[in-house]
Parts: sequence; C-alpha cells; structure tokens
Amino acid sequence: MEAQTPTARRHWLVEFYGSTVGKKWVMAITGVILMGFVVFHMIGNLKVFVPPVDGELEINLYGEWLRSVLFPALPHYVFLWILRLGLIVATVLHVEAMISLTRRNAAAKPQGYTKQEFQAASYASRTMRLTGPLVLAFVIFHLADLTWGIAPFNPDFIHGDVANNLTASLTRAGWVFFYAVANIALGYHLWHGLWSMFQSLGLNNPRYNAARRLFAQAVTVIVVGGNLLILAGVFFGFAPGI
Amino acid sequence: MDTVLDAKIPEGPLADKWDNHRFSMKLVNPANKRKYRVIVVGTGLAGASAAATMGELGYHVDVFTYHDSPRRAHSIAAQGGINAAKNYQGDGDSIFRLFYDTIKGGDYRSREANVYRLAQVSNEIIDQAAAQGVPFAREYGGTLDNRSFGGAQVSRTFYARGQTGQQLLIGAYSALMRQVAAGSVTMHTRSEMLEVVKKDGRAVGIVTRDLATGEVEAHSAHAVVLATGGYSNVYYLSTNAMYCNATAAWRAHREGAYFANPSYTQIHPTCIPSSDEFQSKLTLMSESLRNDGRIWVPKNPDENRPAGDIPAEDRDYFLERKYPAFGNLVPRDVASRNAKTVVDEGRGVGDLKNGVYLDFSDSIDRLGADTIEERYGNLFEMYERITDENPYKEPMRIFPAPHYTMGGLWVDYNLQTTVPGLFAIGEANFSDHGANRLGASALMQGLADGYFVLPYTIGDYLADWLNTEPVGTDDESFSAALGAVSDRTEMWLSKNGTRTVDWFHRELGKIVWDHCGMERSAEGLEKALSEIPALREEFYADVRVPGSGDTINSSLEKAGRVADFFELAELMCRDALDRNESCGGHFRVESQTEEGEALRDDENYTHVSAYEWGDSGPTLHKEELEFENVTLTQRSYK
Amino acid sequence: MKVTLRIWRQPGPEADGGFEEHDVDGINEEMSFLEMMDILNDRLVEGGGEPIEFESDCREGICGTCNLVIDGVPHGPQLGTATCQLHMRKFSDGARITVEPWRAAGFPMIKDLIVDRTHLDDIVAAGGYISVNTGSAPDANLMPVAKSVADTAFDAAACIGCGACVAACPNGAAHLFTAAKVAHLNLLPQGQPERYRRVEAMVEEMDQWFGSCTNHGECETACPQSISIDFIAMMNRDYVKSKFKNRRLLSQTN
Repeated sequence: MEAQTPTARRHWLVEFYGSTVGKKWVMAITGVILMGFVVFHMIGNLKVFVPPVDGELEINLYGEWLRSVLFPALPHYVFLWILRLGLIVATVLHVEAMISLTRRNAAAKPQGYTKQEFQAASYASRTMRLTGPLVLAFVIFHLADLTWGIAPFNPDFIHGDVANNLTASLTRAGWVFFYAVANIALGYHLWHGLWSMFQSLGLNNPRYNAARRLFAQAVTVIVVGGNLLILAGVFFGFAPGI
Repeated sequence: MDTVLDAKIPEGPLADKWDNHRFSMKLVNPANKRKYRVIVVGTGLAGASAAATMGELGYHVDVFTYHDSPRRAHSIAAQGGINAAKNYQGDGDSIFRLFYDTIKGGDYRSREANVYRLAQVSNEIIDQAAAQGVPFAREYGGTLDNRSFGGAQVSRTFYARGQTGQQLLIGAYSALMRQVAAGSVTMHTRSEMLEVVKKDGRAVGIVTRDLATGEVEAHSAHAVVLATGGYSNVYYLSTNAMYCNATAAWRAHREGAYFANPSYTQIHPTCIPSSDEFQSKLTLMSESLRNDGRIWVPKNPDENRPAGDIPAEDRDYFLERKYPAFGNLVPRDVASRNAKTVVDEGRGVGDLKNGVYLDFSDSIDRLGADTIEERYGNLFEMYERITDENPYKEPMRIFPAPHYTMGGLWVDYNLQTTVPGLFAIGEANFSDHGANRLGASALMQGLADGYFVLPYTIGDYLADWLNTEPVGTDDESFSAALGAVSDRTEMWLSKNGTRTVDWFHRELGKIVWDHCGMERSAEGLEKALSEIPALREEFYADVRVPGSGDTINSSLEKAGRVADFFELAELMCRDALDRNESCGGHFRVESQTEEGEALRDDENYTHVSAYEWGDSGPTLHKEELEFENVTLTQRSYK
Repeated sequence: MKVTLRIWRQPGPEADGGFEEHDVDGINEEMSFLEMMDILNDRLVEGGGEPIEFESDCREGICGTCNLVIDGVPHGPQLGTATCQLHMRKFSDGARITVEPWRAAGFPMIKDLIVDRTHLDDIVAAGGYISVNTGSAPDANLMPVAKSVADTAFDAAACIGCGACVAACPNGAAHLFTAAKVAHLNLLPQGQPERYRRVEAMVEEMDQWFGSCTNHGECETACPQSISIDFIAMMNRDYVKSKFKNRRLLSQTN
C-alpha cells in the first residue's frame, strides 16, 4: 500500500473523516440512525395486526399521521421529509465510508493466504460487504414497490391506502420470498453491525460488554422476527388490520 | 605481563568519586553537541538507553542493529527484575548494601568504584523507567512493589510480571524512537557491524553489512559505542537468543581493545533441560521459582518411579542438605554446580536423565495453587508449552545452562576501551559483576551504563575533538576496512565443503561446555586448547556456505560469527587455564575446599586479566583490584 | 515422526514466489516447529541447496521476531503462542503443513518467509512514548498508580510487536498493535499530558500503511499474548474524544 502523502494539518473534521477510526465512527453513528429507522419501521407496520376501530384501519391512520407530524405548525410532509433527508444522508455516509474503507482494505491486503483458516471472524462479519449492498438494493426495490408505487412493481398501488398496497404487494409468493430473503440478509448485517458499532464508538466496559452482544442479537431477532411476522400475516391473511 | 592497566578511577572517598568525577570531566556545551556524531552499535537496554539519552542531549547518533527492529534485542527476555537501592520496603537496604552485595556476589573480582557508582545510579533508573510508563508491579496503594531475588536478604527487586526485561526495553526503545522522530538519532536496522575502523590509534567509525541487500557500508563518527551483549552462544546451547554473537566485540578486540576475564561465564541453574540433540537453544525459567520450589533428585540412580510416587526418604534435597542456611536460595554458581554433580552421579531425572526436580508440591499445599499461580502463572504456562508437563501436578525438570558472560571488553571508569574513542557498555563490557553476577543486576547495569554513565563520560572524550569533522569514509582507513569485510564475505561464499555452519558451532559448543563450562580443570582446558584449533581448521576447510552475498543469507551471517567464536573460545580456555583459582562462575577443580566449595586465591589473582590481541597469540595485561571499603571473605552459604 | 511441508519461497522482494514441498522425516514430537525447520535447512544445505530463510531469535516467545503463517493461522494452531513456542506434538504424524509469510501491504516482502515490519516502529516513533528526558524524572513513588490500572496497562504493554494481528486481519489493519501501544501509555497517569496528541499521531501514522478495523476479532486470537480488542475500543474512544477536545481545558477532568 502506497503511503498517503502526509500533509500539513488540515481542518480537524477532514482529518477526522480521513482516518480509519473516524470513518468507522461515522459508520457506527449512521448505523445507529438506520437501526432506529428499521426498528420504528417494524413497530409501525405491526399495526397490521391491530383490528380496525370504527372501520378505520390503524395502519392507514399511522401513514396519515406520518405525513402530518407537527401539523399545523409545519405543513404536511415537512417533518417527514426532514426525517427522510436524515435517513438519506445517513445512508449516503454509511455507504461512502464503506466504499472508501473497502478500497483501503483491499490495498492493505493485496494477497491472502492460500490456506485461510478463520479463527474468530463470524460468517456475519465476513459478509457485511455482501449483506449491506443487498439490503440497500432491497430498500430501493421496497420504495418502488410500496412508497412510490411504480407500476411494474405494484400495479394496484393507491396513494395513501397503505393497507391496500400491502395486500397488493405481499400476496405475491415471489415477492414475499424476496422480502424474506432480504430481511434475513438484514439480520446478518445487524447481527455483526449492532455489536461492531459499540467497538467503533469506543463503548467498552467489562461490566456491560456481554450485554453488547445480547443487545445486537436481541434487536436483530426482534426486527427480523417482526418483519417476517408481518410478511406472514399479510401473505397468509391472519393480519386483522388490513 | 607488559603494562599495568590504568582504570582512571577518580580520587576521593568511595561515595564521592562519581560526583567528583562528574565535576572534573570536560563538558561539551549544548550548542556544540550537535556538531558531534556518535555511533552506537546494539539496541538492547544499554544501547537503546545510551542512544536515546545522547540524542536528548543533542548529539547526532547513528544506531545500528542486526534485527529488523530495535525492540528485539535480547534484553527483552529477562524475566525476573531489576535491582535498586530504593529501600522502599524499609528493610534496611542502602546504596552501600547493594554495593556490598554486588562486590561479594562477584566474589571480589570487580572494581569497587564502578560497582559503587552502579548502586548509586540504580535509584535513578527506577525513577526514569517509571516516568516512561514501564508498568512495574504495584501495591494496592499505588506504590511500587518489590520482591527479594537471587539470595538477596532485602527486597530490592522491581519487576513487571515475568517480563521485566521486555518492559524496560520497551521503555528505552520508546525513548529511542522519540529521538528518531526528532531527527537526532538515525536508525539502521538489519545492519551488522563487521569492523571497527581506526585512524591514528583511535576509533573513527565502523563498517556494516546490510543483511537484506548485502551492501557493505562505511559509517564515520567522533566516537563509537559498542552495546552488543555477551557471548554465551559460544557454548551453542545457551539461554541467549539465536542471533546473539560476539562478533562486534571480537572485531573491536582484534583492533586493539583488550578483552577482560573471558573465562567468567555464568551458568544459570534453572533452565529447561534439552530434549534431544537438535535442540536449538535452552529456555530459562526465572530464578524466582527457587523461592517456592524445592530442588531434589532420587537417592537411587536406578529410580524409575514417577516423581510423585517417590517417598520423602528416597529423595535427596541436596541443596537443603548441604547448605542448611540458604537451602534452595544459594547463589547461581553454587546451585548450578551441585545440580551438575548429582546428574554426573547418574541421579538425573527425565528421559535423558539430564535434569533435577524443582518441586512446588509443598508450596502448593502450604499456600494453595492460586497463590502459586499468581506468582508464577506465566512461567508455569511457558514450561507446560515447552515440555507438555503440568508443573502444578508434577515437578519441573531443570538443569543449568549458560546464560550470561561477566567477561567482556575491558573498559576504564569512563567505559572507554583501550582504543581511544571506542566505548563498551552493558554486557559487552566486563566492568561491574566480577566473577559472578547477582540476579536482577544485568538490567540494572545495562541501563546504568546507557542512561546515566556513558552519556556523560563520553563528553570528556568528545570535548577534545570540538570543531573537527569526523574522518571521511573516503579515507584509506575506511577503504581498508571495507575491503577486509568484502574479502571475508567472498571467502565465506567460496566455501563449498560438506558441513553446515551450525554443525561446527554445535561441535565447538560441546568442547567449550565440557571443558570450560561449570567446572574447569587444567587437563580439560589443555585438551580444549588442542581440540579447538583442530576443529577450526576443519571448519575453514569443510564448511559449506551456499547462496550469494547480495540478499539475506543466514549461512553467511553465521559463518562469520562462528569464526569469531572459535577465536574467543580459545581465549576463554587460555584465561581459565591461567586463572588457577576458583571464583564465582569460574570453578577450577584444582582450587576447592575440602567440602568441594570454590576456593579463591586472593594473593595471586586479585586482578582483572585483560588480553591484547596478537597474531601470534594473546598478551596478558593485569589490572590489580584494590579493596579499600570491603574485606575479602570466603563466601559461605552453609 | 514425518511431516510434509508446503512452504513459500521467494528469492527477493520483486521476484516471483511459489510453494515448494519438502518431506521432513526423523523428527520427534518434543522438537519445536522451528527446530524442525532448522533440521530441514541443515539437510537442504548439506544436499547442496540454499536454506529457507525465516526469522526467529529468542525462541522463548518474547522478542516477537518469529513470524510464520502455519496452515492459514499466524503463529500456527496453538492459540496464545508464538511460532517459536509451537511444538511438533501439536501435529499428527504424516501431516501436510502449509507455511506462508505474513501477508499485508504494510509488511513488504524481503525473502522467503521474511517480511519488513518497520512500519510498526514508525507507529511507535509517531507517539508511542512519554516525553521524559533522562534524569528529569521525579521519585518513582511520587506518582501512585492504582494497581488495577497498572495491571491493565501491563496487559496492553505485553505486546511483543510480532505483527500477527496485522497478518491475521483480513483487512491488513494494525489496530490491535497500535491500540495496545496507545492503551499502555494512555491508561497510566504518566501518559496523560500527551494522551490526545499521542492517539492522534499514532492512528494517523497507522493509517499511512495499514487497513481499517472491521471488528472481525481475528487479531485477538492470533495474538501470542492474547491482547484483547477491548483496547481497540479504547483507542477509538480516545481518538474521537481527541478530535472534539478543547485542549486548553485538558487539566479539567472530564
């Protein structure tokens, strides 16, 4: 690996983000944000299991609420777009850091061993660079399917009718299978990522180190389990809320 | 005997000598220091600390190591600890007591003034190391912990688990790297010194070979400091590292530096016995193990029960039997010799019957396995890794092995050799340990020389050369040395015999171990002196050095080193033969008491034997040792 | 016993390398792995060949010179053990053993199984020290150090600088080495004045030569001293803290 030319002191943020430690810190912080999103996304969608009250589907009410948070202080959609922008920025940074670190790492290890025996690295940690892009691709697909409702993805899409759109999409077996696979990939990504972020942030204390693994595993199981339950509920028709 | 060597010991009472001397030495003012270049060869405790300190003072230092990194020097392997006269434990220690113990431990064959200075600066070493962040063992209150070591009757040994050497070396190495970053020290790794260059009688530089590229290079300076360690590897099997060698010191000796007391070698009692003839080196187990382990062998040479099944009445705790007062804690030389005696009687233990038991079962019963683990856990692990035997369950097997050499280049009080401008520090010199070194004193001496003595005494020499440039490397003195090194390289590479360098080294080692090891006799030494030249002749005729000189070539590196060991081995035997007394690590069978203890001959041998190289053989010079502050007594550990 | 070695040979930094196979018989299981290599080399030389160049010095597991990847694992199959302390009893008779050099861009190849680890020294030179000139130290007991702190600093300082962490890391990262060096000094009270300057300088020097940490944990298992990746978390925290720290207020605790 060629030495990157040592330069004069630059702006501290540039130096910080230029370092491997800084980039991993950014990945961890953005990872926390994205984790928050998947957790709340899963919780929100569990509303498919809440029976309708006065004929109103809670999942649709929830969707309406998301569009109107802080209304009338803010116009409709404004707060939602702030959140969306936050998520977009987090995703972009997460991916950018990943790409530049991957490049550096490939340069730092141009040749592996002919006989490689991993001692500690888990399957999840070694596949982060596969599960990450897979999850990102899925997110775009998922947006096309259920947010933008682009025709080839979801021809029966009706803007604002979350329940209808879910049913339209997730009663197709191929679709559900793909959703399930993507969620399992997400699970692998979280399994390592949610533990790894503690290391990258430097959160380490013998008193709660065991809890870091537990946290990562619990969140993974809850998120993936919840999502799969939703998929199953819609596909097999035992979700009363749609 | 031609001349009487002048050690340049300062005048005045013992306790004031060093202070007086520091005052009377010439100084180099800070602005002038950067005009000087100094070469330091070796980056162990002595070399790294000297180079770092001189760098801090403002000299420009070029430092050389044959390792890939300065941190690998063999000081790193020291386990036990480092002595200092801090008296932190309030048990009656003092500078004078440390001085006295060291003189007595050295069997009255060292210089009073040097040893006293060593004891004086010992305290500053601890301060320096602690400030550098050396993680010494601590008490719960945060102060430094001490233990008693190697038979000392006070607790004056500072330690960092079982790796005090590595921690102190990291301290010195980090100070050195700080100077490298600051630009005052230039680091030359993978560079082996192969010649000292002299002009008009004084040292002006060195010639090195880059071990990776084979390039032979000249380096000039105002002064040259050798911190190149000891020569235990002359025995082939020793506790020294594989690369340890005497070449730098020997090349200096051939250029006129006298070699002092070559026969003073220390055989460490607690090493793991070898398991077969291909053993490459021996591993030392810290002497501290003797604090809680009991040493024994079966009474019956034909004993074949496992150790645990041998009842107490069939065991011979030979040290406790012969030395009731000190028991298992007798000094190293005494413990070693007694182990050899019982093994020679055929009572050794292990498959090869080449060891004695060091048994912890009584201590485990008394203190519990947890306490023993806390004290020696890492040593027990190491032992198990090597032997696959669990020392908590069955006794360790130990046997003495060559470990340290008290002899070395002769230096005066300023640590200058007989070649002006050439200094020797650490184990490479002979100065402070007399005929036997006490445990935990090697680290102390290396750092004392490097941090607190040489950086000041070298100024006294350098002051005379103010505003002179170092001799240019285009000078004929350098071209001659460069030519000599290249010629030798060519000569080795043309050797196309049938045997490896290691084979000859092993054979040489056997001769030296048999006749100039733990016990020496006139007869054996004469035999060695006829065998060594014969083997050397065979070496030059039949050694095989494959490969080329422009890349890493381990055979080539070893060939030069073993050639120098051959010459050194001969000098060791000559000196051992000449010194017809027993003292410290040098035990002549002709000179012992009725009980078989070492018997000194103070009337005839209270001197340092320093040898001058000559093509037709060495010339012996003597430095008489005068004792004004201690009374010479026969050591007794009964 | 007898083993078959499949061993990497490369005449020089730029030359092409490849595997060579050698049968080594007549060895016993009490031998160390490197003694077995010594025997192979003796035989190669006696048979008119050149020895396989590898490095090892103290053979007690403390100097950090030895560095072989044995069957895909730096320092071989026995965890917490340097190559030189590995014995043949850990292998079965007739085993086929693959031996490779440390591989990482930060460790340029020199010859056969020898690589250049100078960049580890560069990281130390960048800040792995406490600036205290010889003679300027106060009495050692003037600065008490809590025993638990001294013990933890020691755990980090136990690093032997062999580079197995880099060799084991799929990213060729030197985070465990650097973190051990940083933690040793940053934990101790003596190290506080330079704590933040040190961690920044060392991390940024490390980044010149080595990859990034993705928390695989391979380094920790390869480490002959079993140094914990907890120290990497400490280094990360100190580095981040350092960037956000107002250094003029350093003397205020937290």
